[in-house]
Amino acid sequence: MTTTSPQANGSGGASAPIQERDRVTVRFAGDSGDGMQLAGNRFADATAVFGNDFSTLPDFPAEIRAPAGSLAGVSSFQISFSKHQIFTPGDEPDTLVAMNPAALKSHLSALAKGGLLVVNEDAFTSGNLKKANYPSNPLSDGSLDDFRIIKAPITTAAIAAVEDLGLTTQNAERTKNFFALGLVYWLYDRDLEPTLDWIEQRFGRLPNIAEANRRALYAGHAYGETTEIADAHVRVPPAVLTPGEYRTITGNQALVLGLITASHLTDLELFYGSYPITPASDVLVELAALREFGVRTFQAEDEISAIGTAIGAAYGGGLGVTGTSGPGIALKSEALNLAVMTELPLLVLDVQRSGPSTGMPTKTEQTDLLQVMFGRNGESPLCVLAAKSPGDCFYMVLEAVRLAFQFVTPVVLLSDTYLANTAEPWPVPDITQLDQIDVPYRKLEHIDPEDFQPYARDPDTLARMFVPPGVKGLEHRIGGLEKSDISGDVAYSPENHQRMTDLRGEKIRRIANFIPELEVDGPESGDMLVLSWGSTYGAVFTAVNDAREAGHEIAHAHLQYLNPFPRNLGDIVSRYKKVLIPEANTGQLRMLIRANFLVDAQGYNEVTGQPLSARLLTAAIIKMANE
Amino acid sequence: MVLHTPPSPELVESIIPLADEDLSRKDYASDVDTRWCPGCGDYSILAQMQRSLSNINVAPEKMVFVSGIGCSSRFPYYMNTYGMHSIHGRAPTIASGLKLSRPDLQVFVITGDGDALSIGGNHLLHVLRRNVDVKIFLFNNRIYGLTKGQYSPTSELGKVTKSSPVGTTERPLNPLSVALASEATFVARSYDTDPQHLQVTIEQAARHHGAAFVEILQNCNIFNDRAFADYTDRDVRDERLLYLEHGEQMLFGENKNKGLAVSATGLRVVDADGPDAGLILHHDATRPAPDVHQLLARCAYPEMPVPMGVIRQVTAPTYGDYLDGQIEVQKFKNRHDITQLLRGRSTWQVE
Ligand SMILES: Cc1ncc(C[n+]2csc(CCOP(=O)(O)OP(=O)(O)O)c2C)c(N)n1
Ligand code: SF4
Ligand SMILES: [Mg+2]
Repeated sequence: MTTTSPQANGSGGASAPIQERDRVTVRFAGDSGDGMQLAGNRFADATAVFGNDFSTLPDFPAEIRAPAGSLAGVSSFQISFSKHQIFTPGDEPDTLVAMNPAALKSHLSALAKGGLLVVNEDAFTSGNLKKANYPSNPLSDGSLDDFRIIKAPITTAAIAAVEDLGLTTQNAERTKNFFALGLVYWLYDRDLEPTLDWIEQRFGRLPNIAEANRRALYAGHAYGETTEIADAHVRVPPAVLTPGEYRTITGNQALVLGLITASHLTDLELFYGSYPITPASDVLVELAALREFGVRTFQAEDEISAIGTAIGAAYGGGLGVTGTSGPGIALKSEALNLAVMTELPLLVLDVQRSGPSTGMPTKTEQTDLLQVMFGRNGESPLCVLAAKSPGDCFYMVLEAVRLAFQFVTPVVLLSDTYLANTAEPWPVPDITQLDQIDVPYRKLEHIDPEDFQPYARDPDTLARMFVPPGVKGLEHRIGGLEKSDISGDVAYSPENHQRMTDLRGEKIRRIANFIPELEVDGPESGDMLVLSWGSTYGAVFTAVNDAREAGHEIAHAHLQYLNPFPRNLGDIVSRYKKVLIPEANTGQLRMLIRANFLVDAQGYNEVTGQPLSARLLTAAIIKMANE
Repeated sequence: MVLHTPPSPELVESIIPLADEDLSRKDYASDVDTRWCPGCGDYSILAQMQRSLSNINVAPEKMVFVSGIGCSSRFPYYMNTYGMHSIHGRAPTIASGLKLSRPDLQVFVITGDGDALSIGGNHLLHVLRRNVDVKIFLFNNRIYGLTKGQYSPTSELGKVTKSSPVGTTERPLNPLSVALASEATFVARSYDTDPQHLQVTIEQAARHHGAAFVEILQNCNIFNDRAFADYTDRDVRDERLLYLEHGEQMLFGENKNKGLAVSATGLRVVDADGPDAGLILHHDATRPAPDVHQLLARCAYPEMPVPMGVIRQVTAPTYGDYLDGQIEVQKFKNRHDITQLLRGRSTWQVE
């Protein structure tokens, strides 16, 4: 089969002069069935190969298949790419690709005046206009006059390109995302090669479909080249990144790789108990495909069972992990307390989503911080960490596992929907350069039974003498009833309960002696500190830099350790006149900072289900700096 | 998809981790003082468990008792083995995670009628369905003991308890029926006041490869005294209990003068010396279809004799057999190079 292509490389045609830009943000929006996620991911791959730094933001409806053409069914994928290092998928797009009226309706408000709009004019039928609640056709009623617009017959052109392949109408029409992609490739001077390779890999066994997708891609590209599109042909030069080998990674992928790596570094088999829940399910699904690494995934009957099995595995001396999202954490809280009382090394992943209750399952939020800190009966301290970027999820898993074993404690690692789904370039770690993770019970297994006391503690860490079953002479019982100091027998004495409460608290506080101090980016003291945690890192970093460029001297510090806090945090927050804490919640870290350090920290809070907007945040920072 | 054929009984015997030296009942008893009410049926169950383990000579360091919450769930403290007294209803989950990641351990679950069938009902269903190789002992006293006498999911309709002063308004569950409906591969019943029978039943469960479910009728002399006395008292036992033996006829009564036969609506009692004697059933615990087993499970006093012993024991691969089989197969089929995994499907070089 031959491919008909006027020109196979992405070096651009002669029609319009190419312009250079530092950074561009493109949003693909269409019906769930239009293949926007696929198109976006291909664009990200092509961008990676081209050498830009980039960050992506997929956004899909909770409904698997909402009615075609409806507003509820709109799915989108944003990618920002730059010649500099970037830390967010961009606030507003420069270019919006709208495959139908519903997509236009849902996303147009994000496009700045003068922005480029690429629409599939074929989809603007009266039926689709009605489904999107358009009283008249926006393509002809003048309502889009503020934008530069490319009206392309994407559906008909794609069908025409694949006409003689004998596909069903439905299959022919399906290639329209590749046509749109080809057009955008031309606009942004991307190479087609990585996508052609991908098509071959993915559809090689279905030569007809592969050929159709190739042709649609070429046709879209040729359409860009031959149509006079003024001021739209743009090139973003490659970024200067630290040399090395890179891959694309999302937060959920990084969690999976972190768990496998932790299993390798502890030399323990991984047990992952979980119950499917968006956005944590990917972790279960991807781990289940890695049995060859000795991974035992267990799809439990509910989240309570999921953590129960992970506790069982941890008690047995394995790497016991459970993962879920906010509603699942709520169900797990009683069992999590059992792990606090029995002092077992357990890792809990919480990929936060928008709440309360079922909330908005596919949208992001940082609203579980106080739940994991305090959402249990009794005084129940445990260690809480939060990842700051997709790639950081990998390293925070290793850190969480290290602390769980060193301190014999449950550790909760917070991620969220945004990190889970966002992709970025990631330097591939060298496994030989990663430190082994110490498993203290291995030394205790050879202890003289005379010297064994299950609740005797290491003088530095206060970790108890945890020994899993199987060692002769060390038989003992643990459980959720209050334990006697040292012996671990059941105990009800008032003095003992006070002592054990203090010990459990102090053990977690001492973790601060074994984690890095918090680093401040910017002035060591002065007018204003912006303090952030978790997935807002990229937006806050960007906003702080933009505010600095506007002439403000502002410090930024970002927390990855939420319990305990780094030991110098109290000192840091007291060195600035103003402290601003941006969060995608109504002020959960702010509450902790105020309670712990008595500083008058102010909040910048957005709870929209979307990642923080760097632009709005910049304005808030500048406003506070000026106050 | 069967990856493993289940091991033979001889092999199962060899799978139970045995102690090097001969251990007596005392070796399985911890030095913790028992805290049950004097006269509680739990004492006898504890003694029989210790005797059974010493009969098998299980290595104590390889034994783990996992329990939920309730009077019955205090049990692990009194055993000189490893153990976890966990949270209400969740013992099957902890036991599952433990057994699947540590196949070398013998994991026993101790639970009560409230623990297993009320708050933990879902977990019981699924641990049995999955055939995780753990042995579950449900102490059924038809009452909430620890919380001082509220009705439980096995309390009979209309029962007067502290939380049902004019009688309950809900029908009870039959634990054996639940276990059978959950695809349990081993289902048995025994009771606290027949030490011999209880010991043998525990040993049979211990030797089963797969999930075993044993209902132990247990007297709570404080809140539900003599709940089973009508048929377990020494002087009426022979008449009112049916001791099942695999392969043997289902006979009961003072000179084994009665038996069970199939009727149009289920089972019926026939005279062993009468004209229908030839219709008396032989007990087949290994019968794949659970039909007769369900009928036996439903036999209740006073209409019918109450069955004791192993109702069902079938062989099937355990969850662990499947899981470990998959791991072996995938290790053989796929590369497990962590560097390659970290690199993912494609990488690019930045110079
Ligand atoms: C989450 C939770 N809810 C309630 C209780 C209180 N509670 C403890 S034991 C129990 C019932 C136990 O009944 P059963 O399982 O029959 O055990 P028994 O005491 O009769 O042996 C209840 C309701 C608890 N410990 N935890
Ligand atoms: S309350 Fe009942 S079940 Fe509990 S210890 Fe006392 S007699 Fe036994
Ligand atoms: Mg009970």
